[in-house]
Amino acid sequence: MKRNISLRVNGREQRVEIDDADTLLETLRDRLKLWSVREGCGVGACGTCTVLLDGKPVSACLLLAARSAGREILTVEGLGTGNELHPVQEAFLSERALQCAYCTPGFVLSVKALLDENPDASEADIREYLAGNLCRCAGYLDIIKAARLAQEKLKRARDQVGTSE
Amino acid sequence: MASLSVVGQSVPRKDAAQKVTGRVLHVGQIELPRMLHVAVLRSPHPHARIVRIEKARAEALEGVAVVLTGRELGEKLPGIDPAFGPAFRDQPILAIDKACFAGDPVVAVAAESRRIAEDALDLVEVDYEPLPAVFDVLEAVKPDAPLVHEQHRPAKAFADLAHVKAGQRSNICYHFKLRRGDVEKAFAEADRVFEDTFSSPPAQHVPMEPHVTLVYLDENERVNIWTASQTPSYVRTEISATFGIPMNRIRVRVPYLGGGYGAKLYAKLEPLVTALALITKRPVRYALTREEEFLMITKHKVITKIKTAVRAGQITARKCEIYWDTGAYAEIGPRVVHKSGYTSAGPYRIPNVWIDSYCVYTNHVPAGAFRGFGVPQVIWAYDSQMDTIARAIGADPLEFRLRHALDEGETFATGTPVRSFGVKQSLAEAARAIGWGEPSPRSSGTKLRGKGIACGVKAVLTPSISGAIVIMNADGTVNVLSSTVEMGQGAETMMAQIVAEELGVSFDQVHIVQPDTDITPYDTITAGSRSTYHMGNAVRLAAGKVKAELFSVVAKKLEVDPGDLVAARGRIFVRGTEERGMSISEAFLARFGSLGTTLTGEAICQPEAIPMDPETGQSEKCTEYWFPSATSVEVEVDTETGQVKLLQFYSVGDAGTAINPKHCEQQLLGSAITHLGLTLFEQMIFEEGRLVNGSLLDYQIASIRDLPEHVRPIVVEVPHETGPFGAKGVGETGTLTVSAAIANAIEAATGVRLRDLPITPEKVLLGLEQLRSGANRKAPTA
Repeated sequence: MKRNISLRVNGREQRVEIDDADTLLETLRDRLKLWSVREGCGVGACGTCTVLLDGKPVSACLLLAARSAGREILTVEGLGTGNELHPVQEAFLSERALQCAYCTPGFVLSVKALLDENPDASEADIREYLAGNLCRCAGYLDIIKAARLAQEKLKRARDQVGTSE
Repeated sequence: MASLSVVGQSVPRKDAAQKVTGRVLHVGQIELPRMLHVAVLRSPHPHARIVRIEKARAEALEGVAVVLTGRELGEKLPGIDPAFGPAFRDQPILAIDKACFAGDPVVAVAAESRRIAEDALDLVEVDYEPLPAVFDVLEAVKPDAPLVHEQHRPAKAFADLAHVKAGQRSNICYHFKLRRGDVEKAFAEADRVFEDTFSSPPAQHVPMEPHVTLVYLDENERVNIWTASQTPSYVRTEISATFGIPMNRIRVRVPYLGGGYGAKLYAKLEPLVTALALITKRPVRYALTREEEFLMITKHKVITKIKTAVRAGQITARKCEIYWDTGAYAEIGPRVVHKSGYTSAGPYRIPNVWIDSYCVYTNHVPAGAFRGFGVPQVIWAYDSQMDTIARAIGADPLEFRLRHALDEGETFATGTPVRSFGVKQSLAEAARAIGWGEPSPRSSGTKLRGKGIACGVKAVLTPSISGAIVIMNADGTVNVLSSTVEMGQGAETMMAQIVAEELGVSFDQVHIVQPDTDITPYDTITAGSRSTYHMGNAVRLAAGKVKAELFSVVAKKLEVDPGDLVAARGRIFVRGTEERGMSISEAFLARFGSLGTTLTGEAICQPEAIPMDPETGQSEKCTEYWFPSATSVEVEVDTETGQVKLLQFYSVGDAGTAINPKHCEQQLLGSAITHLGLTLFEQMIFEEGRLVNGSLLDYQIASIRDLPEHVRPIVVEVPHETGPFGAKGVGETGTLTVSAAIANAIEAATGVRLRDLPITPEKVLLGLEQLRSGANRKAPTA
């Protein structure tokens, strides 16, 4: 059955027509043309279609669009502010943590969610948290370094806000 | 060599910004008006005659544009060759009389949406008559085995496969032979003879972006193909040959790939999607699901029998008998079997060598190239056995390898003298990194530690061709036309560095045009660690032609000899006196009198080989260059659970010259970590020819949790005299020696010798059990 739902995507209210069977992945790609959200496995096992739902990483291929009505969704298109990259993206660039990069949006969002949840994450925490994102170029060492660098950048930004207040 | 400005620097990749923001274009997001989507019905039987197909109900479903069967292809598209393939034309676009593997496409639907197409498939009925099938490669070679194909028709698409012959009434579609010296005499005179059988399972490439192809007819009714392919030029050739369409009426474009690793070589979805577009006259896109991806192409399952003679501490003879399960269609199997076959005795000084390497049809999913073109499978055998021999005769495994490794100028088993052959250098670096010779601290009781090392070499595909065009604009910026595909390896960045270096312009001023057969020249293939050498040379030569033209203009204007000029920092000037010169724009004005003009240079890099003798595999030049690999690891084996933990892991490769050191390191380490998964757990499991773990829920690949704590890529540089700035290739190097190094470390730790990949905890436990009961070999050595 077709119906209209409201989603908040990348900070903007969106009204979209969906079918009951549509996944969030299909809705984000086919209706909203957010192409950074990519299907890798269709069974929630690879993390390629990771988006943040109310700040938490989810596999968009497993979630029915109808179930995400009224929720806040973030994709890589909504990261950063206009011309400026988010610190996690900057860290991925600095550490050269991407090759074919099909998995990169999923990793970037997972790292953001991790550092929002746990700013003091250890390397073991990083490995644990990112275990659901697969990279077949296997650039995992660079990705860990990027997560570490992003952690420093975010900490510095928070400290600066702290001192200026 | 003069000092270099950008070659040898780890400049950031050209595509980084668009990739980190997700803006990057992939085929799966290209949408065209009235575009149709595809779903395919696949045979559930590994070998079956197609008796009847009933599809009227599917055709009647609203939103369905066409329901196509193999038989109808010839009727709807007269003149079509119903089968394609890079070595043999054996793979039907859709099965015609019979299906040859469980997963073989039988019926295709193009419809308004993927969901409608899938619903339509549910309304198709197919009656099959199962046929006797063959799954075991050693059974398939027997004379009375069920035949997968009655006849084998060579494709004649590639120069290196020109010697592949038509065959019939056998499942062996290709047999490579190498004969050197007198093997039997050496075995008879040997002190000891070692005989082992090693196996390597089928596996899948798992590019995160599955195969996807979009075809439409443009306003001139030309066939336009957007496809995730590593071979845009070949796709055009194959579509032309299959459909009888002139080459200039086919346009193939390839944007960035979400990984390739060999999965996206040659023609895959393109023939089917082209057929659907020609029939419906509408744009058609087919994107594989992950489950379908497992049925597209695989890494060969291989069984290697290797027998080695040793006399007075030296290897005197080696005999290799290798069986490659190429599945239901040969795909590029013959190239894999040939190229890997001739290196299967190793990079060693062995006077007598005998090799038989067989490409064998079975009723499995077709197998092709997977990052290494089969060489990882043969090194798994020979460099595992190197360790068992060394241990048996009381030699140090590293010293035993160094004792036999070929030196510069010595001849390989093919009779080819080796050049730029950094095997010993790579071994030395691997040994240094792991602290070879220093004992592993053995922790208590159930956790045993050991170190392992392995080396090996791959030879680049020869002959092959790369063409490039370099266009310099009047403002000093440059466009480079090349059909090399960017799939994560950093090829664009490599080309831009070489062109910037040659023309003396900044790296940022060089733009690489993505593969488009309307404008980018022919390139054989983006694979096999060949792009840096071949395309690197082509773009360098093409840039050199532009530079020569500019120099002649400037020389005339300044009344100097062109040989006294240099190009650097966007200027052309007299060596040593930068003020005596002009900017590139000024040179253009001097040449053309106006801006907006262009200067173009074109070049082709086409190394030749001397064809091997068909009976002996001997050739004075079988390859353009070699790329050596070494891996060293330290493992900890848990004797209670059989778990193997990698404590240290070093991947070493001889890249010639590292054009971009960071990218070389990423290639080495990435391919090594991928191969760690292939060594320890990856395998496609078939039951009666049906894949039972074809989903990422059931098929595990290496994740971030599998990354060892201490890992490091190490780039060795033994420059190649004809490489661009001395460079060779490095895309596959890291895969080559991982499996043998890990197995060797496990034997060092536990005394257990494992010969069948993957090395699962069950196999380790079984080995330990056999060792305790005396069924396996000797006790552990330190």
